[in-house]
Amino acid sequence: MGRYVARRLLQMIPVFIGSTLLIFLMMYVLPGDPVRTAMGDQQFDPAIVASIKKDLGLDQPVLLQYWHYMTNLVQGDFGTQISSGREISDVISEAFPVTLRLTLFAFTFVTLVGLGLGIVAGLKPDTLRDRGLLLLTLVLVSMPSFVLGILLQWVALEYGGDTFKATVTDSTNFSELLLPATVLAALSLAYVARLTRTSVAENLRADYMRTAVAKGLPRRRIIGVHLMRNSMIPVVTFLGIEIGNLMTGAIVTESIFNVRGVGIEIYEALLRREGATVVGIASLIVLIYLATSLIVDLLYAVLDPRIRYA
Amino acid sequence: MTTIDKTSSVPSPRGSDDFGGPLLEVRDLHVEFSTRDGVAKAVNGVNYTVSAGETLAVLGESGSGKSVTAQAIMGILDMPPGRIPKGEIFFRGQDMLKMSNDERRKIRGQKIAMIFQDALSSLNPVLSVGYQLGEMFRVHQGLSKKEAKAKAIDLMDRVKIPAAKARVNDYPHQFSGGMRQRIMIAMALALEPDLIIADEPTTALDVTVQAQVMDLLADLQREYNMGLILITHDLGVVADVADKIAVMYAGRIVETAPVHELYKRPAHPYTRGLLDSIPRLDQKGSELYAIKGLPPNLTRIPSGCAFNPRCPKAQDICRTDIPALLPVTERDGGELPGRGSACHFWKETIHG
Amino acid sequence: MPDKTVEKVTTATGEPAPAVVAPDSGPGAAKARSLWSDAWHDLRRNPLFLISAVLIVFLLVMAAWPSLFTSASPRDADLANHFREAPHWGNFFSPEWLGYDLQGRSVYARIVYGARASIMVGVGVTVCVTIIGTVVGMIAGYFGGWLDAVLSRVTDVFLGIPFILGALVVLNAFDQRSVWVVIMALAFLGWTQIARVARGAVITIKQADYVVAARALGASTYRIMFKHILPNALAPIIVVATIALGGYIAAEATLSFLGVGLTEPTVSWGGDVNSGRADLRVAPHTLIVPSVMVSITVLSFLMFGDAVRNALDPKLR
Repeated sequence: MGRYVARRLLQMIPVFIGSTLLIFLMMYVLPGDPVRTAMGDQQFDPAIVASIKKDLGLDQPVLLQYWHYMTNLVQGDFGTQISSGREISDVISEAFPVTLRLTLFAFTFVTLVGLGLGIVAGLKPDTLRDRGLLLLTLVLVSMPSFVLGILLQWVALEYGGDTFKATVTDSTNFSELLLPATVLAALSLAYVARLTRTSVAENLRADYMRTAVAKGLPRRRIIGVHLMRNSMIPVVTFLGIEIGNLMTGAIVTESIFNVRGVGIEIYEALLRREGATVVGIASLIVLIYLATSLIVDLLYAVLDPRIRYA
Repeated sequence: MTTIDKTSSVPSPRGSDDFGGPLLEVRDLHVEFSTRDGVAKAVNGVNYTVSAGETLAVLGESGSGKSVTAQAIMGILDMPPGRIPKGEIFFRGQDMLKMSNDERRKIRGQKIAMIFQDALSSLNPVLSVGYQLGEMFRVHQGLSKKEAKAKAIDLMDRVKIPAAKARVNDYPHQFSGGMRQRIMIAMALALEPDLIIADEPTTALDVTVQAQVMDLLADLQREYNMGLILITHDLGVVADVADKIAVMYAGRIVETAPVHELYKRPAHPYTRGLLDSIPRLDQKGSELYAIKGLPPNLTRIPSGCAFNPRCPKAQDICRTDIPALLPVTERDGGELPGRGSACHFWKETIHG
Repeated sequence: MPDKTVEKVTTATGEPAPAVVAPDSGPGAAKARSLWSDAWHDLRRNPLFLISAVLIVFLLVMAAWPSLFTSASPRDADLANHFREAPHWGNFFSPEWLGYDLQGRSVYARIVYGARASIMVGVGVTVCVTIIGTVVGMIAGYFGGWLDAVLSRVTDVFLGIPFILGALVVLNAFDQRSVWVVIMALAFLGWTQIARVARGAVITIKQADYVVAARALGASTYRIMFKHILPNALAPIIVVATIALGGYIAAEATLSFLGVGLTEPTVSWGGDVNSGRADLRVAPHTLIVPSVMVSITVLSFLMFGDAVRNALDPKLR
C-alpha cells in the first residue's frame, strides 16, 4: 500500500505539470493581453505597454515564463494582480474558505439526499417511485445550474422575503448559502441518486443476495449489511470525485449569487486576462482534483477487498 | 401420480417434533415466470419426498425446472417475475407456502439450508468468510462476534479447510474453487439443518476436486443424518451418493427410481438417452450417442409428452396426451418399489 | 495501475444476457436476436424515447427553418416594445406571444432563432469528440505499450482540467466567438471522456475469443480493428456520446450565460439570459423563457440518450 501511494504520488507530478502547463499555454499563447485590458479604451503608448510587459516578464518565451511562475509557486509566491496590485495569495486565502464552505454545504446535501433517494428507488426497481425518481433526476440534470439559479433567485425575489436571499452578502451565514448550495448540489445530487439506484438495483439481483436470503437473515440485515456494503463502493468513489467538480461548479454558482469565493475571483481575473491569478487558482483546483482522485483510489481498496495494489 | 416413498428403513429425524411422515414432501408444485415472450412454465406439477438421512438426486438438463423447484422449496424464488399458482410444500407436515415470511425465514438456514453452484458469486465478495460463516450463529443463535468467529473456525476445520484459524479473515476470492465450495458447505451445515439442498455443488469444479467435495458432503450427511436433495445434470456424480433419483424434463418428473435400478433398466426414453450419452470405455470406437434436438422453450411446451419431438419412440398418442407418472412393474406385474415412469410406452422401454 | 480483478470477473461473459428472465430456462428458449435489433425493439416501446424523439425532431426543424415558426426577426428592435409583457391568453406563436426584451425584440423570435446555435454546438461537439476520442482510445487500447502510456497520460492531463474552467480560459481569448469557435474549444477539451470509454471497450474486446481467433487466423491489424473491434466497441461509445450531447448544449448555454460563449450576432439562449440578468425583477420573462428552453432541449437529448443506453446496455435489463 505504501509503495502504491508513493508511486501514485510520483505519477501525479507529470499530470500536475501537464495540466497547469496546458492552462498556462491557453492563457498566454492564445490572443489577449492583460496590460492592454487593464488600460481599457484609453489611448496608450506602445512603448509604455512594452516596458510594463518587460517589467512583468511577459516578453520572455512562454516556457521560460512558465518555469519562473512554477518555481515561484512552489515557494508559495503566487505573484501579484496587475489591476489591483494585491498579492494573489491574499486573494486566494480570503476567497478559498468561502468556496470551501459552499462546497461542503452542497456536498452534505448531495450525500444525504442523493443517497437517500437512490436507495429508496433502487430497492424497488421499476416501480412507480423508481420511475418518478428517474424523471426527477432527469429534470435536475437537464437544468444547467444557471437555469436553476435564475429560477430560484426569481422565486426568492418574488416570494422569499427575508428568509431566502437572492444574493449572498455574508458567506458565513448558512441560511444565506442555502440557495447557492442547493443550486450547486442539484446536478451532483441527481447523478448520485441515479448511480446509487443503479448500483442497489444491480446488486439486488446478485447471487450472494440469494445466499443471504437462503441463510435466513432478517431483511434489515440483508439490505443493511450485504446489499449496502457492495452497492456503496461505486457511490463512495463517485462522491470523492464530485468534490472536485463541485469546486469548479462554484464558478457559475458564485457568479449568480455573488458569493465572493475563488470561483468569482477566477472568473473576474479571466475577464481581465490576469494570467497569474487564473493559473494560480486553477493550479489549486487541479491539485485538489488529483488529491481527491488518489484518495478515491485508496478508498476503493479499503472498501473492496478484491482490489489489491501491486 | 405416485410419489417416491422410502421412509421405512431410515432412522427417525432428529429434533424435538415427532412428526412421523417424510421430512419434506412436495405436492403438485407449479412455478411460472412472466417473461418478455410470455409465461414460461418452469415447473408443472412436481411431486417428491425426502426423508431424514436420505439422498434424492434430481437429474435434468438446464431448463428442466430442477433448480426452480429447489428455489421454491427454499423460498428464494424471485417473485415477481416468478409465481407459484398451485402446489404445496410440506416440511415436517406443515405447508411452507402458507407460512408467514418470518416463519419461513426461521426455517431457512436453520432447518433447510442450500448450497449453490457458483460459490464465488454466491459468497459476498466484500465480507470475510469468517464473518459470513459467523453470521449464521449471530443471527440465529444470538452469539457474540467473538463466539461466532470461534464457531466459524470450527466449521472451517470440519469441512477440512487447512489453516482455518489463519484464513478465517480472508475473503472469498482468496480461496480456490474447491475451498470456496467447502465454505459454502460449511455455511449450509452451520446450524445442523434437517435438510440440505445442493444445487449442482460440483459443476463448477475440477474433476479431481469434484470427488473430494462430494465425498465430504456425503460423509457429513451421514454424520448428521440429514436429508439431502442433490440437483445435478451429471449422472456420474449421482451413482455413488444418491439413494433415489428423480429425472426431470420440462418441469415434470418423467422417471423415478432407486439409484441402481435406474442405471440398469431405465423406464423412460429420455433417461435411456441420457445414459446412452455417457462415454464408455468398453464401447471405444463406436459413435457416442446424443439425444437429438434441444430442450423445449418453456413458453411453448409441446402438447402431449413434452419429450415427443426428440423421442425416438414417439407415436401419435405422445403428441396429444400427457402421460401420467405411473408405477412401473416387472413384466409379470411384480412390484418394483419406488419406480415410476411418465411414458405411454414404459413397458416397451424397460422390458423391450 | 490498480489490479482490478473485479472487472475481469464481471466482464468474463461479453455476450448479452438471454432474453428470457426465468432462471434455469436454458438454451433454445429464445431465438437469437442481435444487440441492435433487440435495442430497437425496446426503444419503440419506450415512452421516454418516443417523447424525446418527437421533441428532438421538432428542435431540429426549428434549427433548420426558423422562419417556419415565426414571421418576426430576432434582431428587429423597437423600443416602443421595451419589456412589454406577454398577453395573458391567446395570440400563441405571434411575435408578442412571449413578450419583448430590453431592446424591444420579440422573445419568441429569439427563442426560435436561438435553437440553431444550440443544436449546432451540441451536434458539432459530439461528432468531433466522438471521432477524436474513438481514434485515440482505439490506438491506445489496441496497441498498448508506450503508446498507451503516453496517450493515457495526455488524457489524464486534459481530465485534470475542469471542463468549464478550461472552456472559460480558451474561449475568453477570442473576441468574436462564432458557433465554430465554440465547437472547436469544447471538442478540444471534451474528447477525453470518449477516449477513455473507447480504450476500455477495446481492451475488453481485444481479449475476447473471437478476436483472438481472428488473429490466430492471420487477419491483418486493419481488419481486426475495423471488422471485429470497432463494431463491438461502438455500443458503449454511442451511449456515452448521446448522453454527452445534452451536456454540451448545457455547457454552451452556461458559457454564453457567463459571457464567454457565443457572441452577437449569433442568437443564443444562454446569451439572452445573460443580457437579461439585471432585469430579473422588472422583466423576469426575458430570462425565464430562454432558461426553460435550454432545459427542454437538454432534457430531450438526455432522455434520448438514457433510452438508448437502456436499450443497448444488456446489464440493465
